[in-house]
Amino acid sequence: MVQDRRSLLMSGAALALVPALAGLPSRGRAQGATSLKIGVLNDQSGVYREVSGPTSTACVRQAIQDSGIAAKGVNVEVVQADHQNKADVGATIARQWIDRDGVDVIVDVPNSAVALAINGIVREKNKVYLNSTGGTTELTGKQCSPNTVHWTYDTYMLAKSTGGAMVKTGADSWFFITADYAFGHDLERNTSAFVQAAGGKVLGTVRHPLQSTDFSSYLLQAQQSRAKVIGLANAGTDTINCVKQAAEFGVTRRGTKIAVMLMFINDVHSLGLTAAQGLVCTESFYWDLNDRTRAFTNRVKGSLGGNYPAMSHAGCYASVLHYLKTVADLGGAAAKADGAATVARMKAMPTDDDCFGAGTIREDGRKLHPVYLFEVKKPEESKGAWDYYKLVQTTPAEEAWRPVSEGACPLVRA
Amino acid sequence: MIEDLIFQLELGLPQVVLGLVNGAFYALLSLGLAVIFGMLNVINFAHGAQFMVGAFVAWMLLNWVGIGYWPALILAPLIVGAFGVVLERTMISRLYKLDHLYGLLLTFGLALIIEGLFRNGFGSSGLPYAPPELLSGPPVDLGFMFLPKYRLWVVAAAVVMSLATWIIIEKTRLGAYLRAATENAALVQAFGVNVPRMMTLTYAAGVALAAFAGVLAAPIYSVNPQMGSSLIITVFAVVVIGGMGSILGSVLTGFGLGLVEGLTKVFYPEASSTVIFVIMAIVLLARPAGLFGRA
Repeated sequence: MVQDRRSLLMSGAALALVPALAGLPSRGRAQGATSLKIGVLNDQSGVYREVSGPTSTACVRQAIQDSGIAAKGVNVEVVQADHQNKADVGATIARQWIDRDGVDVIVDVPNSAVALAINGIVREKNKVYLNSTGGTTELTGKQCSPNTVHWTYDTYMLAKSTGGAMVKTGADSWFFITADYAFGHDLERNTSAFVQAAGGKVLGTVRHPLQSTDFSSYLLQAQQSRAKVIGLANAGTDTINCVKQAAEFGVTRRGTKIAVMLMFINDVHSLGLTAAQGLVCTESFYWDLNDRTRAFTNRVKGSLGGNYPAMSHAGCYASVLHYLKTVADLGGAAAKADGAATVARMKAMPTDDDCFGAGTIREDGRKLHPVYLFEVKKPEESKGAWDYYKLVQTTPAEEAWRPVSEGACPLVRA
Repeated sequence: MIEDLIFQLELGLPQVVLGLVNGAFYALLSLGLAVIFGMLNVINFAHGAQFMVGAFVAWMLLNWVGIGYWPALILAPLIVGAFGVVLERTMISRLYKLDHLYGLLLTFGLALIIEGLFRNGFGSSGLPYAPPELLSGPPVDLGFMFLPKYRLWVVAAAVVMSLATWIIIEKTRLGAYLRAATENAALVQAFGVNVPRMMTLTYAAGVALAAFAGVLAAPIYSVNPQMGSSLIITVFAVVVIGGMGSILGSVLTGFGLGLVEGLTKVFYPEASSTVIFVIMAIVLLARPAGLFGRA
């Protein structure tokens, strides 16, 4: 009996020591044995497949290669899964990954509903969540987490860049075609605020059910309002169908502008320039922006199966690259042991990558970089495949994002 | 008061026209469904997928072979119809004697598989398909609205196609054989008609109708793997309201419900995707066999 209790105590003490030892910043011996696992969780089969999907995974692999982390003795493995745009499916996969498969980092996660679920789980398990394709500002607002970095874009920055900029060019009366669910309402509300703040008016709005096929009726109502701009507060195939039918009805030909609140270059590709020309949209990355973005695109292009990287994919690349730099700095074992500490270190280190240039991560998890307003080229202006955007305006990193004071993130002490 | 009325009319009239355009698609699709159900007693859930394949075949013909819209309008239905023949011969023909539920399950499974294959091959955000030269260009001014030429063509094509189908089934000898075979296959076979082959061709014809609608839809909607599934549920409601298997019923209700939906989009847009199902519930309560069905 006594013997038993002693061995029990001994093993208990030994167990208690393990995490303590792992937490030590021992860069020598322990590091050689570390292996990290990155899980890319996104839509592999539905409406967001092109803007996330396998292309995100390829970009994550590129980041691992570019980071040269293998030479530093840390072995990184990538797994991927399809959350089917369902929060419960995503949550189940995330729990399995972390509890059973030993995943340390979850990357990407389009669809704000799923993103928020993952945000909670990763925090509970003290791992790392690098969000790129989820758009909700909640992630850096009330639900902000010490384990999350929100990299690429959010609804606030889209609304500010597209809404604010267009009013400045004289497009001061708006009509919204809005997807009738939280994301659409959010985008419409945010954009309306910027339009009105810049001295513009909102003449009306019409809310359509998600995944509608025919938008001609809404476009007609928008035209009857005589607004100068039709704002599309929807996403994916809804947006594509809207734009396609607006071109068909000659909406833009008669001088009305169309502002797409959320569009990725892959959507432009699927529309074709004939239908998409003249559209205005916001992205924080474009493959043909500068020498560095072109260099990145050339490196990764071969593994994308004909697709091109959008800002969402670039965000997966850049966030993983920065994470791996932090791992190299902290030591693999330490990074594996404590997700929150790793994210804190990521925030302390300035970021620099080919996609977004130099930047920083704010206390609330918001990654800061410049934001670009693009206009889609006319077919005759396009010089080759995927030559789609011309730059209209750049919003500097300091102005583009929601100020910390407005986000109500509990991590930030006032 | 009168000004108010005129304003409402100005707002409503264009929506009536647009409603007719959408109704044209409902009519064409529900027509194919009605033909297949009426003659074969199979609820063809793969109809949406076949509609989608029609649009994709048009895209492939254009981008891989260089065949334009007009030939595709005939070729795509033939190709997809041939595919329908294979489906019917190998699988669906085995279900005629079983409960409807089996046909529904099989075709639903087929729809999922076909959609999945296209998603793997072509991604999900869709492909561009431009309207033909003849029908592009500036929209026609109807006085109260601008209507793209292509949409006018869609309505015309749908009306002609629906009429032709109705005439073939109700007024020709072939149609008479078909209807007779539905009533009593053994007897018709005894008169020397090859009933199994007729069934195969009927299924192929229904499928070809879906593909025809798919080609018509390609320049308007995004050509993507889920384009059929978003339409097919509504189309089933149309068929149920019209009366299962009734050709005339499905065409008339197709256009009618397109209209109702169009008007809902002006007066209460949030309900536009639900209104058809509300009508379906009411019709089923009042007339379980549908508006034009025989109980």
